[in-house]
Amino acid sequence: MTSTAITADTEPVFHLEEEHAHAEGGSTMLGFWLYLMSDCLIFAMLFAAYGVLGGNYAAGPAPKDLFDLDLVAVNTAMLLFSSITYGFAMLTMDKGRVAATQAWLAVTMLFGLAFLSIELYEFAHMIHEGATPQRSAFLSSFFTLVGTHGLHVTFGIVWMVTLMIQVARYGLIEANRRRLMCLSMFWHFLDVVWIGVFTFVYLMGMLR
Amino acid sequence: MSAHDHAEGHGHAHGGAAHGSLRGYLIGFILSVILTAIPFWLVMSGVIDDKQATAIVIMAFAVVQIVVHMVFFLHMNTASEGGWSMLALIFTLILVVIVLTGSLWVMYHLNANMMPGLHDMREMP
Amino acid sequence: MPDTLTKFIFGRLTLESLPLHEPIVVATFVAVALGGIALLGAITYFKLWTYLWREWFTSVDHKKIGIMYMVLGLVMLLRGFSDAIMMRLQQAIAFNGSEGYLNSHHYDQIFTAHGVIMIFFVAMPFVTGLMNFVVPLQIGARDVSFPFLNSFSFWMTVGGAILVMASLFVGEFARTGWLAYPPLSGIGYSPDVGVDYYIWALQVAGVGTTLSGINLICTIIKMRAPGMTMMRMPVFTWTSLCTNVLIVASFPVLTAVLSLLALDRYVGTNFFTNDFGGNPMMYVNLIWIWGHPEVYILILPLFGVFSEVTSTFSGKRLFGYTSMVYATVVITILSYLVWLHHFFTMGSGASVNSFFGITTMIISIPTGAKIFNWLFTMYRGRIRFELPMMWTLAFMLTFVVGGMTGVLLAVPPADFVLHNSLFLIAHFHNVIIGGVLFGLFAGIAYWWPKAFGFKLDPFWGKVSFWCWVVGFWFAFMPLYILGLMGVTRRMRVFDDPSLQIWFVIAAFGAVLIACGIAAFLIQIFVSIRRREALADPTGDPWDGRTLEWSTSSPPPAYNFAFTPVIRDNDAWWEMKQASYIRPLAGFKPIHMPSNTGTGIILAAFSVALGFGLIWYIWWLAALSFVCLIATAIGHTFNYHRDFHIPAAEVSQTEKTRTTLLAAQG
Repeated sequence: MTSTAITADTEPVFHLEEEHAHAEGGSTMLGFWLYLMSDCLIFAMLFAAYGVLGGNYAAGPAPKDLFDLDLVAVNTAMLLFSSITYGFAMLTMDKGRVAATQAWLAVTMLFGLAFLSIELYEFAHMIHEGATPQRSAFLSSFFTLVGTHGLHVTFGIVWMVTLMIQVARYGLIEANRRRLMCLSMFWHFLDVVWIGVFTFVYLMGMLR
Repeated sequence: MSAHDHAEGHGHAHGGAAHGSLRGYLIGFILSVILTAIPFWLVMSGVIDDKQATAIVIMAFAVVQIVVHMVFFLHMNTASEGGWSMLALIFTLILVVIVLTGSLWVMYHLNANMMPGLHDMREMP
Repeated sequence: MPDTLTKFIFGRLTLESLPLHEPIVVATFVAVALGGIALLGAITYFKLWTYLWREWFTSVDHKKIGIMYMVLGLVMLLRGFSDAIMMRLQQAIAFNGSEGYLNSHHYDQIFTAHGVIMIFFVAMPFVTGLMNFVVPLQIGARDVSFPFLNSFSFWMTVGGAILVMASLFVGEFARTGWLAYPPLSGIGYSPDVGVDYYIWALQVAGVGTTLSGINLICTIIKMRAPGMTMMRMPVFTWTSLCTNVLIVASFPVLTAVLSLLALDRYVGTNFFTNDFGGNPMMYVNLIWIWGHPEVYILILPLFGVFSEVTSTFSGKRLFGYTSMVYATVVITILSYLVWLHHFFTMGSGASVNSFFGITTMIISIPTGAKIFNWLFTMYRGRIRFELPMMWTLAFMLTFVVGGMTGVLLAVPPADFVLHNSLFLIAHFHNVIIGGVLFGLFAGIAYWWPKAFGFKLDPFWGKVSFWCWVVGFWFAFMPLYILGLMGVTRRMRVFDDPSLQIWFVIAAFGAVLIACGIAAFLIQIFVSIRRREALADPTGDPWDGRTLEWSTSSPPPAYNFAFTPVIRDNDAWWEMKQASYIRPLAGFKPIHMPSNTGTGIILAAFSVALGFGLIWYIWWLAALSFVCLIATAIGHTFNYHRDFHIPAAEVSQTEKTRTTLLAAQG
């Protein structure tokens, strides 16, 4: 870590003459990634809570009595489709095609909404059967974990609508591209969390 | 340093992070469909008799699928953001493992020690 | 149905919620109200509102935000310390059948508020403020990565502080201890608003803390001046980086845990309840996963301060820079492997306890390495005993004692004896006051001239120093002794009169500390009065070594007219050695972020949201939530968030400095 030898014939440079181009938004992708990592830890806590408390049925219903794997499979498919369609939106965005990008975003949003509807149906069904979040620690942690994921998807949809309006208004300008890329990371991240949910909660729950 | 510079470059159409190609997205999609379908099938049909073995297998599938999503959808690689994204991811994963296994370990021992005979909380009202 | 209507409008907020039956609180309220009215009147009289709004409240300048964090920390220190001295007084007189002067309802709130305020609203703002102010200057940047986010983070922290302060006069604060363990903090045993104030104040402030952590990490990674490789970063920047990594990786944990507690209280879920399969111990487990890294969040930046101060005032390069960096990184990672040592007695058994006992002992090794690095830096150095250096020396002596009692507590069998005793209280005050607070005072004395252009008055600084250091030893050594005798924490009255003398000594120490705080305030006041005599026109009053000393004091809005080029970890020192020439011409327009009031508005809505949730005023909660989201979305439609400082203005600012420097000769 010694300093570079400064000899008499090379005048030391103390500063840049030109403005050092810290591109606007140059930190955004990294910053957003760090946010996702912090979000990941929130989910980790919820998974931990489920892991520790998920077996405490308090003489109430167990996963086997409640989960409908067909429904979960359909739900998973919705999220997977929405992931690939968001991917298509990003590809068309790269080509600068506004209309196609908007169309793919709309398709993604529909899949997202379908996912949410199925999840809400599932929740309503469980609550109707008396399996409420208050019933046992298992159900508390189940509803909280899955519900938090659902809230994230909801937030993602609100964000997507906002971005679609902004793209419609201002076009695929640099700032909007950056925002679409952030949302892309957010959306795919939710998909990754869902892998954990369906494996750890639903599939393993059925094995218990 | 080149990745760092690349990320800072201004105004180029592809932004800082690497973008996927159609091929990449399709490969990722097909892989994830397969990696989702098999665990569902394993559990729904009960092919493997041993539940613990099934659990281990589906967990392995989940891990592989998470990697697939990271690579093909989130375009994770060692070069993006000069390696910082990867470093952040690895750090987070280590913490996730610590938090999950640590909590399970600590709480399991607590229950075993403090509630002998009542290991099974399932039927506790 | 007027009753239903009142319930709808005010939730559970009634006139009885105001603590009119507590004379101490009423007197405090009168004093605060009078002081507040006087302050607001003065601001209005001197027509400062526009100035404050334009130049401070809406500012996105990292230096101003940093200073505002420090002001917040100082104000909250006064509140937190009032709680402390009230407890000391109560414990000193509550003997021989005396009940003291605080009833249990009030006393329990005081010790809870003291802990919460000191950690979340004193130490955290101070630390964040210091990092905010110094880090961009040290790495040769013009601002942080996300200037708007910075302003938002700050105001969210203020929002949390406002909620805590509101609990003093509207309703009550939690009576659960600073970590609000269930089932005591559950709805069954704490049906009042206290725990809700606790939850929402911490949630609001926690959002701010997490975002500011992300912001500073990005700043350090992305905005370093050319040539500043990772291993050329100043140590303070390194420790700040690790601190912010810890913040981003641990505050989400707190957010999640408090959300689960909130769900238990509001929705009736069963995470931490005693029945329906809930497990209160899970809360203890989860919250300490945040809690232990939090300890290092507080101390690491101050380790950085001590490193800067030691090398500057010893006139030497820091000894063992590389080992310092690695020690910091190792502490960062290890801090996630020790959380169980806070609840050895919970009963996880020998295998678990010994694992966490050993990791805890291991974590003292890198910390010890740091102490030796500072000692070797001082060895054969030309030490100048200025105020920052005095604080550093006091830290080394005090902190080592605190560290050793910490290692003692890390031994599980010893912990079974000392758990929950005053020995523990003495230990963590020993490290937090001796480490964090002494470090903050060192940092404040060190960087004050950079922030304001004049040094702090040394006489009152020394008065404050001696009062604090001596007061600390008087206040906490008796607690070690009492702890060894088996006295537990959070007691309001005592039966054994032989203990009283120790509490009286501790109260005397607290009074000395009060003098120290008073002397610190006088020091600031006197220094402002004597600012001409204490002025530092050079920008480098201590013969500094890092980049922040290369610019003027206070630095211009843009920090550096030209982005500096770095060749050494003591960048400014090396530039001085290479006979640095200040650029006098060729200035260019500088790209800067514009001010915005969105941050303070969003925080205001968050406070309203929190207040609505605390008092079950559902319409207020819903309305402010909608406003919050709408404002946030509305803000994203603003694409013009920056401007250029014209070259002529830069040139003018730099010319003023040239004249000042020339006057120095």
